[in-house]
Amino acid sequence: MSEKLLEVKDLRTYFTTIKGEIKAVDGVSFYVNRGESLGLVGESGCGKTTTALSITKLLPEEGYINSGQIIFDGKDITHMDERGLNHLRWKEVSMIFQGAMNALNPVQRVCDQIVEPILLHEKVTKKEAMERVKELFDLVEIDANLMYSYPHEFSGGMRQRAIIAMALACNPKLIIGDEPTTALDVMVQAQILDLINDLRRKFHMSMIMITHDLSIITETCDRIAIMYAGKIVEMGSTEEVLLNYLHPYTEKLVNAFPNIYKERKMVDSIPGVPPDLYDPPIGCRFAPRCHKRIDNICDNQEPYLIDYKGNNHYVACHLRRSYNG
Amino acid sequence: MGSNIVEINDLEVSFKIKQGFIDEYIRRKKKIVRAVDKISLNIKKGEIVSLVGESGSGKTTTGRAILQLTSLTGGEILFDGQPIELSNKQYMKRFRERAQMIFQDPYQSLNPRFTVFDIVTEPLILTRKKASLVEKEMLALEALEFAGLKPAIEYLYRYPHELSGGQRQRVSIATCFIMEPDFIVADEPVSMLDASVRADILKLFVKMKNEKNTSFLFITHDLSLAWLISDRVAIMYLGKIMECGPSDIISGGCLHPYSQALTSVIACVGEERRMKRIVLKKETPSPLKIPSGCRFHTRCPVAKPECSKLEPEYREISPGHFVYCHYPQKLQ
Amino acid sequence: METIKGTSELRKREKELKRKKLKNNIKLFFSNKRAVFGVSILAFFILMAVIGPLVYDYDHFKYFLGPRVGKPTEEYRLGFDELGRDVFGAVIYGTRASLAIGIFVTLIIVFIGATLGISAGYFGGLYDIVIMRITEAFSIIPTIPLILALSAVIGQSFQNIIIILGLTGWPSTVKLVRAQTLSIKQRNYVERARAVGASNVYIMAKHILPNVFPLIFSNIILLVQNAIITESTLAFLGVGDPTIPTWGQLLRSAREQGAISAGSWWLFIPAGVCLVLLASSFVFIGYGFDEINNPRLRRR
Repeated sequence: MSEKLLEVKDLRTYFTTIKGEIKAVDGVSFYVNRGESLGLVGESGCGKTTTALSITKLLPEEGYINSGQIIFDGKDITHMDERGLNHLRWKEVSMIFQGAMNALNPVQRVCDQIVEPILLHEKVTKKEAMERVKELFDLVEIDANLMYSYPHEFSGGMRQRAIIAMALACNPKLIIGDEPTTALDVMVQAQILDLINDLRRKFHMSMIMITHDLSIITETCDRIAIMYAGKIVEMGSTEEVLLNYLHPYTEKLVNAFPNIYKERKMVDSIPGVPPDLYDPPIGCRFAPRCHKRIDNICDNQEPYLIDYKGNNHYVACHLRRSYNG
Repeated sequence: MGSNIVEINDLEVSFKIKQGFIDEYIRRKKKIVRAVDKISLNIKKGEIVSLVGESGSGKTTTGRAILQLTSLTGGEILFDGQPIELSNKQYMKRFRERAQMIFQDPYQSLNPRFTVFDIVTEPLILTRKKASLVEKEMLALEALEFAGLKPAIEYLYRYPHELSGGQRQRVSIATCFIMEPDFIVADEPVSMLDASVRADILKLFVKMKNEKNTSFLFITHDLSLAWLISDRVAIMYLGKIMECGPSDIISGGCLHPYSQALTSVIACVGEERRMKRIVLKKETPSPLKIPSGCRFHTRCPVAKPECSKLEPEYREISPGHFVYCHYPQKLQ
Repeated sequence: METIKGTSELRKREKELKRKKLKNNIKLFFSNKRAVFGVSILAFFILMAVIGPLVYDYDHFKYFLGPRVGKPTEEYRLGFDELGRDVFGAVIYGTRASLAIGIFVTLIIVFIGATLGISAGYFGGLYDIVIMRITEAFSIIPTIPLILALSAVIGQSFQNIIIILGLTGWPSTVKLVRAQTLSIKQRNYVERARAVGASNVYIMAKHILPNVFPLIFSNIILLVQNAIITESTLAFLGVGDPTIPTWGQLLRSAREQGAISAGSWWLFIPAGVCLVLLASSFVFIGYGFDEINNPRLRRR
């Protein structure tokens, strides 16, 4: 069994619209090892959610995978049919959506909603499934007596825990969390992140954490991939990338978050806006906003992801072509 | 006309909860939420004060109460040393010019049918400042330039849906700036923006403070931003201020257990933790059932028996540093 | 900073942009085949209403030009009704009645609906409760019997019919407008306007109304269609102004004269077809506006 649970090779996911095609994900490659968590970081519109939806095949009608491969647990799932996908979804890969608190059906009891995927995927009786729901509630630290409540009786944090319980229901190998803590209070966010970390370690699950908040990444992810305008610009272990960043975008992003233990000075910002993905620029997509841009080179040639120092720290930047000691 | 632009004394704001017909009119049950439960706070001229708290803490209600967008149930608010005379139309007109608000949601704070010009000059029209069309355009351009929308002329006749979130917030700021206010309540102005554009907006606040001596009440849930731009910080919980002091208490100088917990979970990018993380159990109680004694005692890691029985005093521990706690202690 | 010349040029540019946007919207509208169909039908009827009376002479009081329920002849292509009147003329002149009803009734409904809806939604409180209870009362009472009762009291002249239809048709619009107002009222820009000291009238007129308008506009299509059909229904039942020719009257004649079993098709087919076409034209036009308001992102 290989180390790699999920491998994405040169994925290109486009959306068809009247104005043309939006190249939302344009040549993205990464992998997630077993039991490892990868952070997919980027700002709005960079393509991180689309990448996740491509993996779970939950793209909207206008979206389609143009090219590339997605290999999960040794199987090529890029163009899997519905039957195969039904087995894949939830049993192998589950997802925690953005705004998950609104993903609960307000007219169904919480336990009924969590029981649903269990009954769909496992051959168990309803009673056994309910037992499992009780177990799950214990795992996510909600009082099991509250099983029969309706979602509106739960607080925001509890609903998020219920969503996590649902995602764990069938013991998936991979969980994809799309901004799972964005709308939560700071303290609840800390609780949920702790919970996710514990559960991950307990069940040796892999995780892809999608977020724009770098401070969460530091707490929860082993490795990190930074996306910009549909491409990955830097990838490596969290510590390596955040402390020894190589890409100018990473540099700016890291410095856009205040550090309360350091000197109090204004954080960085990046002028301009991300490029139009209908007709992306030829060269490096970050070039127009880059403070370290090299004229003529950066605008004309697209940089490729390379393992700069040979320590699994990848970067796509013309400034980092070859490493000199 | 002292040095305080805003003085809040024992402010109380309560809301009645709407209940079913029978409960309300026949059984006459009253459900009251004490959103803001007797707080006192001063904001000096040219000072940025952050009001920090989680949802249900009462921070947004406080901001709106100062601007008289919500009516007070008790206490008083002094603006530039004088009480706010609601019934005096002349006074209110002047008050509205001097105290403004910036909202959180850049997508809901601009009328989609107005051009940027209409939006930015609306305050001028409402306060009936006599200005010709050309004069209005000039003022609008100046405001947009100040807010960083350059070249301003490109933006003047655009519609909100043609602008990004960051640009819309700048338009909101320009709308405030055009009135040259003395005091601005900024309610989570950057929480819906990408991290890479936040700095620009925050820089504008600092610029207004430095150049025009504008004071800010910066409402946020993000302590790291509060630390970054404000002079002082006040941390609220369930309608009361737990701690208030200079903003550098955030990096380890808090004395209230709640503030200590909040500041301990601030994650800094790429850093190893300097402080031990204090993750509080459970969640904030409902404002309908505020705990007895010190309202924080149900989650307080160092609560003592006294805390559930007696409400603490809001005491000044050191100059300018107030704490609402029976046993405030520095963390080891 | 730009000079004065710069900004007036900008205003020119703005006007140009608005013109371009309008042209674009018109193009979008007509790109939808159903909308084109609807507009052509409506245009046809409008022409008929305007030009018809100029080229064709018809007098509603000229009886017995032909036999009772007479068959179509060379001169009178659509035969005669039970009083020997020219059916062809009646159909042409009837267009005016239908269009007039459509326009005026809708105007009344929109005016009442918008004013009540916006003010009820905005002010809330007791005023809102009272208005909503009245609205509900009106919507519960079955429309036709209500109209019949009112017409018995007020009289059945054409103007009165328009007034009655207007006064009974507003509940749905009020509810729609009020709901939208409630949502817009919460928006930050309304709050900000209040924070800067805007009066209630200003807010309702400048902030709420323009944002409610698109909704009202789509609703108008249905209102016009409803008004036209309701008037015909009333005429069919015998309520209406006998001095003005309408399609509903022809249908009533058809019913009373047993036209279907007698085979006197000229009494009900022309009027019926016109009615259906005109009423549905509005629905098709609605598709065109849909195209503008909800641009489809998909390309199949």
